[in-house]
Amino acid sequence: MTKVSTRWLVVAGIAVALLVAGIGSRYASGDPDGLTKVSQDHGFASAGTSHDGPFAYGGWSGVVGVVAVLAIVLVLVLFLRRRRSSDEA
Amino acid sequence: MHVPDGFLDAPTSVATGAVAAVGIAIALRGARRELDDRTAPLAGLVATFVFATQMINFPVGAGTSGHLLGGALAAVLVGPYTGLLCLSVVFVVQCLLFADGGITALGTNILLMGIVTVVVGWALFKITQAVLPKRVSMVAPAAAIGALLSVPVASLAFVGLYAVGGSVDISLGALATAMVGVHTLIGIGEALITFLAVGSIAAVRPDLVYGARPVLAQRTLVLKGAAR
Repeated sequence: MTKVSTRWLVVAGIAVALLVAGIGSRYASGDPDGLTKVSQDHGFASAGTSHDGPFAYGGWSGVVGVVAVLAIVLVLVLFLRRRRSSDEA
Repeated sequence: MHVPDGFLDAPTSVATGAVAAVGIAIALRGARRELDDRTAPLAGLVATFVFATQMINFPVGAGTSGHLLGGALAAVLVGPYTGLLCLSVVFVVQCLLFADGGITALGTNILLMGIVTVVVGWALFKITQAVLPKRVSMVAPAAAIGALLSVPVASLAFVGLYAVGGSVDISLGALATAMVGVHTLIGIGEALITFLAVGSIAAVRPDLVYGARPVLAQRTLVLKGAAR
């Protein structure tokens, strides 16, 4: 059995994530989520306040978010692995 | 389940922020042991997949939607400590770049959607794995069971926090019933997505799935035993 390479699997997986973020998010339900709906039904929705963010979900903004998350995690993993190897040395 | 600013009072938010900080500190230590040549490449994938999938709210009926939280998925794929770090990065980016979840509620959101779902998802996964036959094909179903229950437990944890520091005085019994009810339905979606994601990676590269390692180690021992 030919083994799928790690690189191929990760690249394919991230491609799926980018497709989900860029295109799939157009088909997301616009209904309030569980907590939002419960807060409306039980009278504490008005206590919630929102702040402004530079981006909104979906389309290219979603892709920007995916890239940001990926970059932060890669740096974090690199940092932690360096610490790990220096501990073992 | 992103909690906005204002649902919980300031002392409660400070307390959840402290718990989240301790949780992340523990995860940073634990992840150094988990992050080897097999886990490290998957960590970026898990975080991006959870972030992307959380944008897709799925309908659960009665004009309500839900999305993946991802604790069981992340813990089974890369280990609970690394999994919590991946989810925490997702919540920070959502909060700061997309205004999804309040800034003072960031600790609350990391606690509820990160720590609670990872701990519950991973614990139930390990229990289920101990009961089911020791096969790679059982890893995804065990992960799905952890995912299924992690969501209503997280919603119950919100009710617990609301009991301590909720902004508006309401019936806690009614709140608990409503939260657990709708989040049990969302848990079914969580279980389905977790089953598909863990199942597809376990099908092609079970050696990359952190939660499959005990099963693979045992299989190797059996094969070695048979060869003698």
